[in-house]
Amino acid sequence: MSSLKVEMVAADRKVWEGEARFVRARSVEGDLGILPGHTPLLGVLAGAEVAIEGLDGVRHTATVDGGFLSVDSDVVTIVAEHVDVSGSQHAANG
Amino acid sequence: MGAQMRVYRQRIKSVNSIKKITNAMELIAAARVIKARQRAAEAVPYTTALTRAVSAVATNANEDHPLTRTKETAERAGLVIITADRGLAGAYSSAVLKESAQLIERLRAEGKEVVPYLVGRKAVSYYNFRKREFAAEWSGFTDAPTFENAVEIADRITGDFLKDTAQGGHDEIHIVYTRFRSMVKQEPRVLRLLPLEVVEADAATDAQDDVDLSVRQYEEGQLPPQYSFEPNANEVLDALLPKYVRNRVYTCLLSSAASELAARQRAMKSATDNAQELIKTFERLANQARQAGITQEISEIVGGADALADAKKK
Repeated sequence: MSSLKVEMVAADRKVWEGEARFVRARSVEGDLGILPGHTPLLGVLAGAEVAIEGLDGVRHTATVDGGFLSVDSDVVTIVAEHVDVSGSQHAANG
Repeated sequence: MGAQMRVYRQRIKSVNSIKKITNAMELIAAARVIKARQRAAEAVPYTTALTRAVSAVATNANEDHPLTRTKETAERAGLVIITADRGLAGAYSSAVLKESAQLIERLRAEGKEVVPYLVGRKAVSYYNFRKREFAAEWSGFTDAPTFENAVEIADRITGDFLKDTAQGGHDEIHIVYTRFRSMVKQEPRVLRLLPLEVVEADAATDAQDDVDLSVRQYEEGQLPPQYSFEPNANEVLDALLPKYVRNRVYTCLLSSAASELAARQRAMKSATDNAQELIKTFERLANQARQAGITQEISEIVGGADALADAKKK
Protein backbone atom coordinates (compact mmCIF):
# COMPACT_ATOMS: atom_id res chain seq x y z
CA MET A 1 0.00 0.00 0.00
CA SER A 2 1.27 3.44 -0.81
CA SER A 3 1.74 5.93 1.95
CA LEU A 4 1.49 9.63 2.49
CA LYS A 5 4.44 11.89 2.95
CA VAL A 6 3.43 14.32 5.62
CA GLU A 7 5.07 17.58 6.46
CA MET A 8 3.88 19.78 9.28
CA VAL A 9 5.22 23.29 9.22
CA ALA A 10 4.89 26.21 11.63
CA ALA A 11 5.92 29.76 10.84
CA ASP A 12 9.29 29.44 12.48
CA ARG A 13 10.16 25.78 12.18
CA LYS A 14 9.39 22.45 10.64
CA VAL A 15 7.42 20.59 13.28
CA TRP A 16 7.19 17.10 11.95
CA GLU A 17 7.97 15.15 8.83
CA GLY A 18 7.41 11.54 8.03
CA GLU A 19 5.40 8.84 6.39
CA ALA A 20 1.83 8.20 7.35
CA ARG A 21 -1.13 6.18 6.24
CA PHE A 22 -3.85 8.49 7.38
CA VAL A 23 -4.25 12.16 8.20
CA ARG A 24 -7.24 13.73 9.86
CA ALA A 25 -7.75 17.47 10.08
CA ARG A 26 -10.63 19.84 10.47
CA SER A 27 -11.21 22.33 7.70
CA VAL A 28 -13.54 25.28 8.05
CA GLU A 29 -16.23 23.12 6.47
CA GLY A 30 -15.79 20.04 8.56
CA ASP A 31 -13.52 17.10 9.19
CA LEU A 32 -11.24 15.91 6.45
CA GLY A 33 -9.70 12.48 6.21
CA ILE A 34 -6.80 12.02 3.84
CA LEU A 35 -5.75 8.59 2.61
CA PRO A 36 -3.12 7.82 -0.02
CA GLY A 37 -4.33 8.59 -3.51
CA HIS A 38 -6.34 11.62 -2.50
CA THR A 39 -7.13 14.18 -5.17
CA PRO A 40 -5.08 17.41 -5.03
CA LEU A 41 -6.66 19.59 -2.41
CA LEU A 42 -6.05 22.90 -0.78
CA GLY A 43 -8.15 23.49 2.28
CA VAL A 44 -8.34 26.16 4.93
CA LEU A 45 -8.09 24.64 8.38
CA ALA A 46 -10.02 25.57 11.44
CA GLY A 47 -8.22 25.87 14.74
CA ALA A 48 -8.38 22.28 15.91
CA GLU A 49 -6.50 19.08 16.42
CA VAL A 50 -4.73 17.37 13.54
CA ALA A 51 -4.05 13.67 13.82
CA ILE A 52 -1.49 11.80 11.79
CA GLU A 53 -1.35 8.03 11.88
CA GLY A 54 2.15 6.89 11.10
CA LEU A 55 3.08 3.74 9.23
CA ASP A 56 3.84 2.03 12.53
CA GLY A 57 0.34 2.72 13.77
CA VAL A 58 1.45 5.42 16.17
CA ARG A 59 -0.91 8.34 16.21
CA HIS A 60 0.60 11.80 16.47
CA THR A 61 -1.61 14.71 17.28
CA ALA A 62 -1.00 18.43 17.26
CA THR A 63 -3.15 21.48 17.67
CA VAL A 64 -3.04 24.12 14.98
CA ASP A 65 -4.39 27.65 15.09
CA GLY A 66 -5.82 27.62 11.60
CA GLY A 67 -3.61 27.61 8.57
CA PHE A 68 -4.13 25.32 5.64
CA LEU A 69 -3.56 21.87 4.32
CA SER A 70 -2.45 20.90 0.87
CA VAL A 71 -2.48 17.49 -0.75
CA ASP A 72 -0.65 16.88 -3.98
CA SER A 73 0.38 13.45 -5.27
CA ASP A 74 0.46 11.88 -1.80
CA VAL A 75 2.41 14.73 -0.29
CA VAL A 76 0.45 16.31 2.52
CA THR A 77 1.58 19.65 3.85
CA ILE A 78 -0.03 21.05 6.96
CA VAL A 79 0.83 24.67 7.44
CA ALA A 80 -0.10 26.82 10.40
CA GLU A 81 1.42 29.83 12.08
CA HIS A 82 1.43 28.10 15.44
CA VAL A 83 1.50 24.42 16.06
CA ASP A 84 1.22 22.98 19.54
CA VAL A 85 2.58 19.47 19.85
CA SER A 86 2.30 19.09 23.58
CA GLY A 87 0.49 15.90 24.45
CA SER A 88 1.30 14.20 21.17
CA GLN A 89 2.01 10.55 20.44
CA HIS A 90 -0.29 7.89 21.70
CA ALA A 91 -0.70 4.47 20.24
CA ALA A 92 -3.75 4.02 18.07
CA ASN A 93 -6.38 1.66 19.35
CA GLY A 94 -5.93 -1.78 17.88
CA MET B 1 60.74 62.01 31.16
CA GLY B 2 58.36 60.38 33.62
CA ALA B 3 55.42 62.56 32.73
CA GLN B 4 55.31 61.69 29.05
CA MET B 5 55.73 58.01 29.67
CA ARG B 6 52.93 58.04 32.20
CA VAL B 7 50.60 59.58 29.62
CA TYR B 8 51.41 56.83 27.14
CA ARG B 9 50.96 54.10 29.75
CA GLN B 10 47.56 55.51 30.64
CA ARG B 11 46.43 55.51 27.03
CA ILE B 12 47.63 51.97 26.51
CA LYS B 13 45.60 50.94 29.52
CA SER B 14 42.41 52.60 28.29
CA VAL B 15 42.78 51.29 24.75
CA ASN B 16 43.33 47.86 26.23
CA SER B 17 40.05 47.94 28.08
CA ILE B 18 38.23 49.19 24.99
CA LYS B 19 39.76 46.32 23.12
CA LYS B 20 38.44 43.87 25.67
CA ILE B 21 34.93 45.25 25.23
CA THR B 22 34.97 45.21 21.44
CA ASN B 23 36.44 41.74 21.48
CA ALA B 24 33.64 40.51 23.74
CA MET B 25 31.05 42.17 21.51
CA GLU B 26 32.56 40.50 18.50
CA LEU B 27 32.27 37.10 20.12
CA ILE B 28 28.68 37.73 21.20
CA ALA B 29 27.70 38.87 17.72
CA ALA B 30 29.40 35.85 16.21
CA ALA B 31 27.44 33.51 18.43
CA ARG B 32 24.17 35.29 17.75
CA VAL B 33 24.62 35.46 14.01
CA ILE B 34 24.79 31.69 13.89
CA LYS B 35 21.50 31.53 15.75
CA ALA B 36 19.93 34.16 13.53
CA ARG B 37 20.92 32.28 10.40
CA GLN B 38 19.55 29.11 11.86
CA ARG B 39 16.24 30.81 12.53
CA ALA B 40 16.17 32.12 8.99
CA ALA B 41 16.79 28.60 7.73
CA GLU B 42 14.06 27.21 9.96
CA ALA B 43 11.52 29.61 8.49
CA VAL B 44 12.19 28.41 4.96
CA PRO B 45 9.85 25.36 4.98
CA TYR B 46 6.91 27.60 5.89
CA THR B 47 7.78 30.09 3.17
CA THR B 48 8.11 27.30 0.66
CA ALA B 49 4.79 25.72 1.57
CA LEU B 50 3.01 29.05 1.55
CA THR B 51 4.46 30.18 -1.76
CA ARG B 52 3.60 26.87 -3.31
CA ALA B 53 0.04 27.11 -2.08
CA VAL B 54 -0.41 30.70 -3.21
CA SER B 55 0.85 29.95 -6.68
CA ALA B 56 -1.39 26.88 -6.80
CA VAL B 57 -4.41 29.06 -6.11
CA ALA B 58 -3.18 31.66 -8.52
CA THR B 59 -2.88 29.19 -11.38
CA ASN B 60 -6.20 27.54 -10.60
CA ALA B 61 -8.35 30.51 -9.78
CA ASN B 62 -9.01 33.85 -11.25
CA GLU B 63 -7.43 35.81 -8.49
CA ASP B 64 -8.80 39.21 -7.81
CA HIS B 65 -8.18 40.16 -4.26
CA PRO B 66 -7.86 43.55 -2.55
CA LEU B 67 -4.29 42.69 -1.64
CA THR B 68 -3.26 42.00 -5.22
CA ARG B 69 -5.17 44.79 -6.92
CA THR B 70 -2.99 47.54 -8.30
CA LYS B 71 -4.57 50.95 -8.28
CA GLU B 72 -4.09 52.97 -11.44
CA THR B 73 -3.17 56.13 -9.62
CA ALA B 74 -1.11 55.57 -6.55
CA GLU B 75 -1.23 58.61 -4.31
CA ARG B 76 0.25 57.43 -1.07
CA ALA B 77 2.97 54.91 -0.41
CA GLY B 78 3.88 53.29 2.87
CA LEU B 79 7.52 52.54 3.50
CA VAL B 80 8.74 50.09 6.11
CA ILE B 81 12.35 50.71 7.08
CA ILE B 82 14.12 47.97 9.00
CA THR B 83 17.18 49.12 10.95
CA ALA B 84 18.98 48.07 14.11
CA ASP B 85 18.13 48.87 17.71
CA ARG B 86 21.71 49.47 18.67
CA GLY B 87 24.64 51.00 16.91
CA LEU B 88 28.18 49.64 16.69
CA ALA B 89 27.28 47.70 13.59
CA GLY B 90 29.28 49.65 11.06
CA ALA B 91 27.25 51.13 8.24
CA TYR B 92 24.35 48.72 8.69
CA SER B 93 21.65 51.18 9.74
CA SER B 94 22.92 54.11 7.72
CA ALA B 95 23.03 52.01 4.56
CA VAL B 96 19.36 51.16 5.01
CA LEU B 97 18.45 54.76 5.76
CA LYS B 98 20.37 55.93 2.70
CA GLU B 99 18.59 53.41 0.52
CA SER B 100 15.24 54.47 1.94
CA ALA B 101 16.03 58.15 1.36
CA GLN B 102 16.65 57.40 -2.29
CA LEU B 103 13.42 55.49 -2.54
CA ILE B 104 11.49 58.29 -0.84
CA GLU B 105 12.93 60.75 -3.32
CA ARG B 106 11.95 58.56 -6.22
CA LEU B 107 8.43 58.03 -4.93
CA ARG B 108 8.01 61.75 -4.31
CA ALA B 109 9.19 62.47 -7.83
CA GLU B 110 6.38 60.21 -9.01
CA GLY B 111 4.00 62.43 -7.10
CA LYS B 112 3.32 60.06 -4.23
CA GLU B 113 3.07 60.96 -0.61
CA VAL B 114 5.42 58.80 1.45
CA VAL B 115 4.54 57.56 4.92
CA PRO B 116 7.39 55.82 6.77
CA TYR B 117 6.97 52.98 9.24
CA LEU B 118 10.08 52.48 11.32
CA VAL B 119 11.54 49.32 12.76
CA GLY B 120 14.49 49.65 15.12
CA ARG B 121 15.55 52.45 17.43
CA LYS B 122 18.17 53.73 15.01
CA ALA B 123 15.56 54.68 12.43
CA VAL B 124 13.35 56.19 15.12
CA SER B 125 16.11 58.42 16.46
CA TYR B 126 17.11 59.37 12.91
CA TYR B 127 13.58 60.57 12.21
CA ASN B 128 13.09 62.18 15.60
CA PHE B 129 16.34 64.09 15.34
CA ARG B 130 15.33 65.50 11.99
CA LYS B 131 11.81 66.12 13.27
CA ARG B 132 10.29 64.12 10.45
CA GLU B 133 6.93 62.49 10.68
CA PHE B 134 6.36 58.77 10.68
CA ALA B 135 3.31 56.59 11.02
CA ALA B 136 4.44 53.94 13.47
CA GLU B 137 7.50 52.50 15.12
CA TRP B 138 8.50 49.12 16.43
CA SER B 139 11.69 48.42 18.29
CA GLY B 140 13.35 46.20 20.82
CA PHE B 141 13.59 43.01 18.80
CA THR B 142 15.70 43.71 15.73
CA ASP B 143 18.47 41.24 16.51
CA ALA B 144 16.07 38.41 17.36
CA PRO B 145 12.66 39.02 15.81
CA THR B 146 9.84 36.63 16.60
CA PHE B 147 6.96 35.74 14.37
CA GLU B 148 4.67 37.78 16.62
CA ASN B 149 6.66 40.91 15.82
CA ALA B 150 6.20 40.24 12.14
CA VAL B 151 2.47 39.66 12.62
CA GLU B 152 2.13 42.99 14.42
CA ILE B 153 3.88 44.88 11.66
CA ALA B 154 2.21 43.01 8.83
CA ASP B 155 -1.29 43.40 10.24
CA ARG B 156 -0.81 47.11 10.74
CA ILE B 157 0.43 47.78 7.22
CA THR B 158 -2.13 45.45 5.66
CA GLY B 159 -4.83 47.31 7.56
CA ASP B 160 -3.53 50.64 6.36
CA PHE B 161 -3.22 49.34 2.84
CA LEU B 162 -6.83 48.19 2.76
CA LYS B 163 -8.19 51.53 3.96
CA ASP B 164 -9.54 53.94 1.42
CA THR B 165 -6.97 56.37 0.06
CA ALA B 166 -9.20 59.24 1.14
CA GLN B 167 -9.12 57.97 4.73
CA GLY B 168 -5.38 57.73 4.95
CA GLY B 169 -4.99 54.36 3.28
CA HIS B 170 -1.97 53.46 1.21
CA ASP B 171 -1.86 52.50 -2.41
CA GLU B 172 1.36 50.61 -2.15
CA ILE B 173 3.74 49.41 0.54
CA HIS B 174 7.47 49.07 0.15
CA ILE B 175 9.87 47.53 2.57
CA VAL B 176 13.55 48.40 2.89
CA TYR B 177 15.55 45.67 4.54
CA THR B 178 19.03 44.25 4.45
CA ARG B 179 19.55 41.09 2.58
CA PHE B 180 21.96 38.64 4.09
CA ARG B 181 24.11 37.19 1.35
CA SER B 182 27.09 36.00 3.35
CA MET B 183 29.00 36.82 6.50
CA VAL B 184 30.89 39.50 4.61
CA LYS B 185 28.21 40.74 2.26
CA GLN B 186 24.93 42.30 3.25
CA GLU B 187 23.08 44.72 1.05
CA PRO B 188 20.10 46.97 1.58
CA ARG B 189 17.22 46.06 -0.66
CA VAL B 190 13.80 47.35 -1.55
CA LEU B 191 10.85 45.04 -1.88
CA ARG B 192 7.39 46.02 -2.94
CA LEU B 193 5.24 44.21 -0.46
CA LEU B 194 1.79 45.36 -1.47
CA PRO B 195 -0.04 45.08 -3.75
CA LEU B 196 1.18 41.52 -3.91
CA GLU B 197 2.29 40.12 -7.15
CA VAL B 198 1.01 36.60 -7.22
CA VAL B 199 3.51 34.93 -9.43
CA GLU B 200 4.06 31.47 -10.73
CA ALA B 201 6.21 29.21 -8.64
CA ASP B 202 9.49 29.68 -10.51
CA ALA B 203 9.06 33.43 -10.82
CA ALA B 204 8.57 33.53 -7.07
CA THR B 205 12.01 32.04 -6.57
CA ASP B 206 13.51 34.99 -8.41
CA ALA B 207 11.58 37.52 -6.45
CA GLN B 208 12.60 35.99 -3.15
CA ASP B 209 15.97 34.60 -3.96
CA ASP B 210 17.29 35.37 -0.52
CA VAL B 211 15.37 32.42 0.78
CA ASP B 212 16.02 29.23 -1.00
CA LEU B 213 12.62 28.25 -2.26
CA SER B 214 12.87 24.79 -3.58
CA VAL B 215 9.51 25.04 -5.23
CA ARG B 216 8.62 21.95 -7.11
CA GLN B 217 9.23 22.55 -10.75
CA TYR B 218 6.82 21.31 -13.32
CA GLU B 219 8.17 20.02 -16.57
CA GLU B 220 7.50 22.04 -19.66
CA GLY B 221 4.03 21.24 -20.91
CA GLN B 222 3.10 19.37 -17.77
CA LEU B 223 0.24 21.07 -16.09
CA PRO B 224 0.24 21.63 -12.38
CA PRO B 225 -2.45 19.52 -10.73
CA GLN B 226 -5.99 20.75 -10.69
CA TYR B 227 -6.58 21.37 -7.05
CA SER B 228 -9.93 21.23 -5.45
CA PHE B 229 -10.40 23.93 -2.88
CA GLU B 230 -12.13 23.87 0.38
CA PRO B 231 -14.35 25.82 0.86
CA ASN B 232 -13.58 27.54 -2.48
CA ALA B 233 -10.68 29.16 -4.29
CA ASN B 234 -11.52 32.70 -3.27
CA GLU B 235 -11.83 31.90 0.39
CA VAL B 236 -8.60 29.95 0.30
CA LEU B 237 -6.95 32.99 -1.24
CA ASP B 238 -8.51 35.19 1.43
CA ALA B 239 -6.94 33.02 4.09
CA LEU B 240 -3.59 32.67 2.39
CA LEU B 241 -2.69 36.16 1.31
CA PRO B 242 -2.55 37.81 4.75
CA LYS B 243 -0.36 34.91 5.87
CA TYR B 244 1.80 35.45 2.84
CA VAL B 245 2.29 39.11 3.77
CA ARG B 246 3.16 38.19 7.36
CA ASN B 247 5.62 35.64 6.13
CA ARG B 248 7.24 38.14 3.78
CA VAL B 249 7.67 40.59 6.65
CA TYR B 250 9.03 37.82 8.86
CA THR B 251 11.61 36.77 6.27
CA CYS B 252 12.70 40.38 5.86
CA LEU B 253 13.08 40.76 9.62
CA LEU B 254 15.09 37.56 9.91
CA SER B 255 17.35 38.46 7.03
CA SER B 256 17.89 41.92 8.50
CA ALA B 257 18.65 40.47 11.93
CA ALA B 258 21.30 38.17 10.52
CA SER B 259 22.74 41.07 8.55
CA GLU B 260 22.78 43.31 11.58
CA LEU B 261 24.69 40.78 13.64
CA ALA B 262 27.12 40.01 10.86
CA ALA B 263 27.74 43.72 10.36
CA ARG B 264 28.27 44.16 14.09
CA GLN B 265 30.66 41.27 14.25
CA ARG B 266 32.71 42.73 11.42
CA ALA B 267 32.67 46.23 12.87
CA MET B 268 33.77 44.93 16.25
CA LYS B 269 36.48 42.83 14.70
CA SER B 270 38.00 45.83 12.96
CA ALA B 271 37.64 47.87 16.16
CA THR B 272 39.59 45.20 18.02
CA ASP B 273 42.23 45.15 15.31
CA ASN B 274 42.50 48.92 15.38
CA ALA B 275 42.86 48.88 19.15
CA GLN B 276 45.66 46.37 18.83
CA GLU B 277 47.36 48.60 16.29
CA LEU B 278 46.95 51.61 18.56
CA ILE B 279 48.44 49.75 21.52
CA LYS B 280 51.45 48.87 19.42
CA THR B 281 51.97 52.48 18.41
CA PHE B 282 51.66 53.71 21.96
CA GLU B 283 54.01 51.06 23.24
CA ARG B 284 56.63 52.16 20.74
CA LEU B 285 56.16 55.79 21.73
CA ALA B 286 56.38 54.88 25.40
CA ASN B 287 59.59 52.91 24.80
CA GLN B 288 61.00 55.80 22.86
CA ALA B 289 60.16 58.20 25.67
CA ARG B 290 61.78 55.84 28.19
CA GLN B 291 64.89 55.49 26.06
CA ALA B 292 65.12 59.23 25.59
CA GLY B 293 64.86 59.65 29.34
CA ILE B 294 67.64 57.13 29.96
CA THR B 295 69.85 58.74 27.37
CA GLN B 296 69.31 62.10 28.93
CA GLU B 297 70.09 60.76 32.39
CA ILE B 298 73.32 59.17 31.15
CA SER B 299 74.46 62.31 29.43
CA GLU B 300 73.63 64.29 32.56
CA ILE B 301 75.71 61.91 34.71
CA VAL B 302 78.58 61.89 32.25
CA GLY B 303 78.40 65.63 31.99
CA GLY B 304 78.35 65.94 35.76
CA ALA B 305 81.31 63.57 36.15
CA ASP B 306 83.27 65.50 33.52
CA ALA B 307 82.58 68.74 35.26
CA LEU B 308 83.74 67.27 38.61
CA ALA B 309 86.91 65.86 37.04
CA ASP B 310 87.66 69.20 35.40
CA ALA B 311 87.21 70.95 38.74
CA LYS B 312 89.59 68.56 40.54
CA LYS B 313 92.35 69.06 37.93
CA LYS B 314 92.45 72.75 38.52
